[in-house]
Amino acid sequence: MAKIAQQQNNGEPALAVSSANDSFVAFERVQKSYDGENLVVKDLNLTMPKGEFLTMLGPSGSGKTTCLMMLAGFETATHGEILLDGKPINNIPPHKRGIGMVFQNYALFPHMTVAENLAFPLEVRKFGKSEREEKVARALDMVQMGAFGGRRPAQLSGGQQQRIALARALVFEPELVLMDEPLGALDKQLRETLQFEITNLAHSLGITTVYVTHDQTEALTMSDRVAVFDDGRIQQLAAPDVLYEQPQNSFVAQFIGENNTMEGVIQEIKGDTCIVRLDGGEVIDAKPVNVTKVGERTRVSIRPERVEFNKERLQPGAHTLKAEVLEFIYMGDIFRTRLSVAGNKDFVVKTRNAPDQVRLKPGEQIEIGWLPEDCRALDA
Amino acid sequence: MPEIPTGYDMSDATLDGPVLSADGKPLKQSLNNALRKQKLRALVLIAPLLIFVLVSFVAPIGSMLMRSVQNTAGVEYVPDLLPNVVVAIQDWDPSTRETPPEAVYRAMAIDMATAFENKNHTQLGRRFNYEVPGISSLFRSAGRPVSRWDIATDGPFKEKFLDLNDGWGDVEYWAAIKANSGYYTSSYFLAAFDAQRGIDGITMKEPDQRIYQKLMVRTLGLSLLITFCTLALGYPVAWLLADLPLRTSNLLLILVLLPFWTSLLVRTSAWKILLQDQGVINDFWIALGFTERMTLINNQLGVVIAMTHILLPFMILPLYSVMKTIPPSYLRAAKSLGASNWTAFWRVYFPQTTAGIGAGALLVFILAVGYFITPELVGGADGTFISNRIYFQFAVSGNWGLAAALGTLMLLVVLILYFVYDKLVGVDNVKLG
Repeated sequence: MAKIAQQQNNGEPALAVSSANDSFVAFERVQKSYDGENLVVKDLNLTMPKGEFLTMLGPSGSGKTTCLMMLAGFETATHGEILLDGKPINNIPPHKRGIGMVFQNYALFPHMTVAENLAFPLEVRKFGKSEREEKVARALDMVQMGAFGGRRPAQLSGGQQQRIALARALVFEPELVLMDEPLGALDKQLRETLQFEITNLAHSLGITTVYVTHDQTEALTMSDRVAVFDDGRIQQLAAPDVLYEQPQNSFVAQFIGENNTMEGVIQEIKGDTCIVRLDGGEVIDAKPVNVTKVGERTRVSIRPERVEFNKERLQPGAHTLKAEVLEFIYMGDIFRTRLSVAGNKDFVVKTRNAPDQVRLKPGEQIEIGWLPEDCRALDA
Repeated sequence: MPEIPTGYDMSDATLDGPVLSADGKPLKQSLNNALRKQKLRALVLIAPLLIFVLVSFVAPIGSMLMRSVQNTAGVEYVPDLLPNVVVAIQDWDPSTRETPPEAVYRAMAIDMATAFENKNHTQLGRRFNYEVPGISSLFRSAGRPVSRWDIATDGPFKEKFLDLNDGWGDVEYWAAIKANSGYYTSSYFLAAFDAQRGIDGITMKEPDQRIYQKLMVRTLGLSLLITFCTLALGYPVAWLLADLPLRTSNLLLILVLLPFWTSLLVRTSAWKILLQDQGVINDFWIALGFTERMTLINNQLGVVIAMTHILLPFMILPLYSVMKTIPPSYLRAAKSLGASNWTAFWRVYFPQTTAGIGAGALLVFILAVGYFITPELVGGADGTFISNRIYFQFAVSGNWGLAAALGTLMLLVVLILYFVYDKLVGVDNVKLG
């Protein structure tokens, strides 16, 4: 999968690597413009195998929702082709695409009961009454809402409404389901429960799912793969762990998880490691990701939990930095320590709350370091 | 539970009896005292409007409703003008088809002389003329001669009245006087229903004379048609307005409202210019190659065209305000579930706009039923509404009682329709904006 992402970063069409099996959904060189001047989606290439749970993640205005709407058929691509199961669908109206969809505001029809809402897609598909009732009952049970068929949507809580919306999108057994920030309006606890339920349901039914969100935790916990959108392009398309541990550029590194960054110049490249001279003159070890030559400006990125201040755990000869503890925050499961490192006063270190863990005090002078592969030298 | 020290004032809710406030008064009373000032303030603030409404709306309508049953001639009640006649005529039975006894003629001679002295006899004649045409001249011409008679010596009066005019021997005239000898009368409402009270009791008028039934049916029918036309034309416009971005929709809304700010008379006159035989539309029609000019005005078609245009904003605005609250995701959801454009509209969008349709239809229909200027100007003979007839009775014919009865009837019809509508749709569901 990382390979695909790599290919896309080089600007090659995804067609080159797609085959019948792993391209149930495919975007080929898709562009979208609303005003004829600016591209909202710039050259999108993406293939999805059947049964995959893919999340489109990005800040607002990054083009992720537009992509979803093009797939659903509510927006037309300005250029390029969208394929579903190998067939181009650009000219197929939304109601003939057979794609289930869950909306952020649930979009349950207020004048129908829950059961009528669920029966709606079956009615327009001309299912018989008994078959309809059976499928509706099964779908309601699937989301643990079996007793609520006679209620009106307004009589349900937000979480219950979202469960019904999910059941309605699944009741006609679509092979592809699209979800547009479905949990955005719910509180944190409910969101976590439903994240779990949605992924379980999608995997047990074998549905291909495209999920749009701006919540990176949601994206990481739910998805098989995550496509990080920014500025109308996919910045990186990878599995959650790859995305978190091996961000391909500084946008992804910044956007996913917490991150310490420092700027500097490449001093030396030796295979898989390089030495970076920071702007303050300090020298550190890093892994070159998208820097190629000595003298290039770079932004290094290191996760707070990969910073080490126990010298014994560092490789011999590793470069270290002097740091001053500014703040120690006790957060229960972890400690969060804010340091001043090489002029950066927001350098954060996270340590696990273990019995033998050191609790640093403000004002303490320490030395920190890291494994070269945890510190990634990215584009400036 | 920790022990509560003695003397500690426990929460009142745990005690029996009414809840008390801190100073020992019942809480309800304290609350009322606190709220009284606020209520008084509110009353003072609305007082000017309240008085204005009472004086300028409730009182005139009340007196109008009363007029429909008061039996008056001019400013006086009929039994006050004919005190002796109303007593004497009680014993006379019109169904025998014999003229009243001498006592009634004698009473009439006395009352007529008094009425002539006070210059009320022509008013009386006009009052009874509403019931039986022709009677007013009897009263007018009898006033002066009767006033010269000596009641004590000149009898019997029956012959003397018949000498004045044969009409005084007409049983029908006397029956009308007997029927309307009380302080209150039902004859105006009978007339409004195209009925009359003759010698043999209440009967319907001849079919070709039943103008009020015809007018009522026409008024309601045309209003219904106009309501339907505004709905058919307004619905797509309102949908477009609700669907467009705010900036564009505001501009279009101004176009919808623009006719609103133009005088009703000007708009109606403009339609007259457009629709007349030598008007713009007919000229264009001829230019297209047709040879015959269409009759677009002074008929029901003209009324429907002009009133549909004039009342259109009253349909569009409630529809728009309801449609604006329906998120576009409902239609998208319906389509993603497999509904065609039409099914999505009809099963999902349309049912959610019924509140707006109800509000718009109710508004347009009630306004249309009472419309006056437009039917008057473009309606011609067969396009007039009941309101035009009410105006005629009021201003031309001077029959205020009948005008009031027709007006009361219209008010009742609208109230009944409103009630039926409330039962069917529920007025609570109506959204006016």
